Amino acid sequence: MLKYLSRRLLFAIPTLLAISFVLFALLDLAPNDPTGDLPLTIPPEVREEIRESLGLNEPFHIRYLKWLEQFFINEPLNFIEQTTGLTIGDSSSRFRVRSWLTRSPVVDLIIERLPQTLWVVGLSYVVGILIALPIGVISAYKQYSWFDQIGTFVSMIGFSVPTFFTGVVAIVIFSAWLGWLPSIYDTTHQVTDLPSFWTQVKQMAMPVMVLAFYNAAQLSRFMRASVLENINLDYVRTARAKGLRDRAILVGHILRNSLIPVVTMIALGVPTIFSGAIVTEQIFRVNGLGQLLIVAIQGGDIPLVQTLTFIFAILIVLFNLVADILYGILDPRIRYS
Amino acid sequence: MKNCALFATIVFLSLMIGACSGPTEGQQSIDAEEQDTDVAIENVDTHLKLLYWQAPSTLNPYLSGGTKEIEAASLVLEPLANYDEEAVMIPTLAEEIPTLENGGFSEDLQSITWKLRRDVLWSDGSPFTADDVVFTWLYCTHEEMGCYRINNFTDVVDVVAVDNHTVRIEFSKVSAHPYFPFVGSLVPILQKKQFEDCLGMRAQECNEQNFAPIGTGPFQVTDFRANDVVQYVANEHYREEGKPFFKEVTLKGGGDAASAARAVVETGEYDFAWNLQVEPEILDSMAEADRGEVLYGVGSQVERIIVNLTNEDPSLGPDRRSQYLEGTNPHPFLSEFAVRRALSLAIDRSILVETGYGRAGEPECNVVPAPEYYVSDSNDECKVQNIEEANRLLDEAGWARGSDGIRVKGGVRLSILYQTSTNSVRQGNQALVKQMWEQIGVETELRNIDGAVFFGSDVASPDTYQKFFADVQMYTNSFDGEDPSQYLRGWICSEMPSPDNNWAGTNIPRACSEEFDTLVDQLSSVTDKTERADVIKKLNDMVVLNYWVIPLVHRARVSAVSNKLKGVTINGWDSELWKAEDWHR
Repeated sequence: MLKYLSRRLLFAIPTLLAISFVLFALLDLAPNDPTGDLPLTIPPEVREEIRESLGLNEPFHIRYLKWLEQFFINEPLNFIEQTTGLTIGDSSSRFRVRSWLTRSPVVDLIIERLPQTLWVVGLSYVVGILIALPIGVISAYKQYSWFDQIGTFVSMIGFSVPTFFTGVVAIVIFSAWLGWLPSIYDTTHQVTDLPSFWTQVKQMAMPVMVLAFYNAAQLSRFMRASVLENINLDYVRTARAKGLRDRAILVGHILRNSLIPVVTMIALGVPTIFSGAIVTEQIFRVNGLGQLLIVAIQGGDIPLVQTLTFIFAILIVLFNLVADILYGILDPRIRYS
Repeated sequence: MKNCALFATIVFLSLMIGACSGPTEGQQSIDAEEQDTDVAIENVDTHLKLLYWQAPSTLNPYLSGGTKEIEAASLVLEPLANYDEEAVMIPTLAEEIPTLENGGFSEDLQSITWKLRRDVLWSDGSPFTADDVVFTWLYCTHEEMGCYRINNFTDVVDVVAVDNHTVRIEFSKVSAHPYFPFVGSLVPILQKKQFEDCLGMRAQECNEQNFAPIGTGPFQVTDFRANDVVQYVANEHYREEGKPFFKEVTLKGGGDAASAARAVVETGEYDFAWNLQVEPEILDSMAEADRGEVLYGVGSQVERIIVNLTNEDPSLGPDRRSQYLEGTNPHPFLSEFAVRRALSLAIDRSILVETGYGRAGEPECNVVPAPEYYVSDSNDECKVQNIEEANRLLDEAGWARGSDGIRVKGGVRLSILYQTSTNSVRQGNQALVKQMWEQIGVETELRNIDGAVFFGSDVASPDTYQKFFADVQMYTNSFDGEDPSQYLRGWICSEMPSPDNNWAGTNIPRACSEEFDTLVDQLSSVTDKTERADVIKKLNDMVVLNYWVIPLVHRARVSAVSNKLKGVTINGWDSELWKAEDWHR
């Protein structure tokens, strides 16, 4: 197992390097310009000076190597310094990956944005799973019952209606008409007591529910299919023949087996939490990682886009590995060596 | 079976908790709302909530060109003088505006002396002095800085602190309008003590300073989150007793313009929203909720069509396409005066305004649309569409309609490629103009390019507005401050974009007129107000009556103000938050 793990991790290094190169090249080839959003009253010569001060005039390979150094050496060193308080080498002259729009280190921006993304998008993922699993199981167990029909209908809606539509509908209903919930998420809100906790719940309710609805729709269909696959298998019939009760068969046999592919799905979906729900964050002004990425793309902020997308790539590679390992743990027939 | 039912009940219960959280939440939130209103009454006088759908990335205006950053910083940082809503200069950190009459502006037109207010303290309590002004000049003009406002310091050779409260700015040549340095919220004064270690390349690394500059303005920054939110509190050391009226300010960013408008005029969650470029009918329907109103601030923004006077034929190759080449590469038909004039006459500007801008626009025939005393009336015929006259002009010039209705002369078809940036209002107007031009026998192909690419200066990209690989293009331009002399200088011959200057140039139509060039040069020594206005009008007329540029719409800034907020004066010439210290409930 350990050997398998180390082999996979080693293999991830060239993969990630290749990804980082492709990302950098793509961003570089895109005809975007950090000075493109400036008002026309700023003359072209000034723009040229600005581009120079950003280091944009250096050749492609130099910029790529600089980024590699900053991301893989300087940033981790800086992280160690900040967490342990030690000073390693000449830390003041070490260049960090800096965003062009804000001129601040990219990693600091990401750390600042993580809490709201994890809270809102992460919670919606959890809520989505909690809703989806029971619905999927019951839908399959009572196939073609009214519950299954309604479940299918609702998840079809959740599946096919995009969040930028459900989000705006929710705002119009709950904020504009009823006035129950705030339409704008306050990232500076701090939970200190019960009323402030309640405010937090209220401002999270809409984005979390909109996203959870979308996630649940997908997962419940998957869960239903997986249970249906198992429900007619021989081992279930054997269990029934043994005289086991329905509940024991469902929970002990069918559920365990049908969860295997679902757990893999869930693990593979975890990186999307970090990449944030770009559209939903924008609608509710949650201003997490997704919104950060959008602003960076629009502003031609290449270091920020590059670093963010690359971190997402790392997470995807990592959680692919986690899914594989989980698979092995859940299914005793699979052994890695 | 019994157990199965039990399981189902459990699952169902858990479901119900999820599904039924709606109604219970509703009931409780009514209670909570009552609490909220209590809290709100408490906060009514103290907390101002601003909504900027584009969030500020930094609070240092010298490191950013965007309006969002400048406005967010203008609550904190102040210049020597601001422009009011009529484009008149009013002293802010200065005691008075230096002029020839009061002796502040020297007779040789080469230096200007500002007297600073003596009662101004920075928000950290230290006094504001002439050294800070000198430092700000050094900061922006540092070679490695990449300062976004360097243009405001053109021709400035020295800034001298005569004494603690007097600053003299010296120019290398005669300058009849010496009010570019330190006037308007684009060029505020930074505190020397805070930014001393941030010169040149280090400017980029001064995070703390860039995110929370110390200022002399009514508010000071307590928390800045890039591209998200800024929080301010009142500046205790603010020079005006009892002001500002608000104790706290939150400037929230993100989202889109339409929902920002909704949060102010429909749900009333915020007090002020900025830059609401939303289709007029959507704004009107939101305003029906009657929780706030929409205000329009008129400045110098004109949406215009720029005509390419050089040949942009793709077959010419990169060495000739859209280049002037000493006049040897004229456009096959747009170089003809009658065609350009006909194109302008055929446009019904009031329809463009009605469909795309509503009350945020007015038909415009000049490139200098304001202030009043600079506005020329010689092109006013453009306000009324005149298809007949346009057709007559083209007939007279020998452009005959072919079998498909499109005019042809000597094998050249009047077929136009019309490009602009991607934006729903612009695409709507493009389609309307296409129909109008069809009526005079001109065929139009429409194209739109993403804003960041179109206005970007990537030399390798063929799609920038500067390369202008099209026959006509549309966008908005304006000038900073009251004086359009730098802006008009943009149309001199030597400003033409070409590969020699990396396509960096402001004379986008590639027009060249010696008369225009000499007149622009004269402008820098004309100080008499009426004489100056005459020259500016003449220059404007040369641009619009030669139809290098076809002005369309004079645009206003659109902001929404909640009914709960009083004392707001909207300003099209400076930061919209220019008088936030006077805002109150």
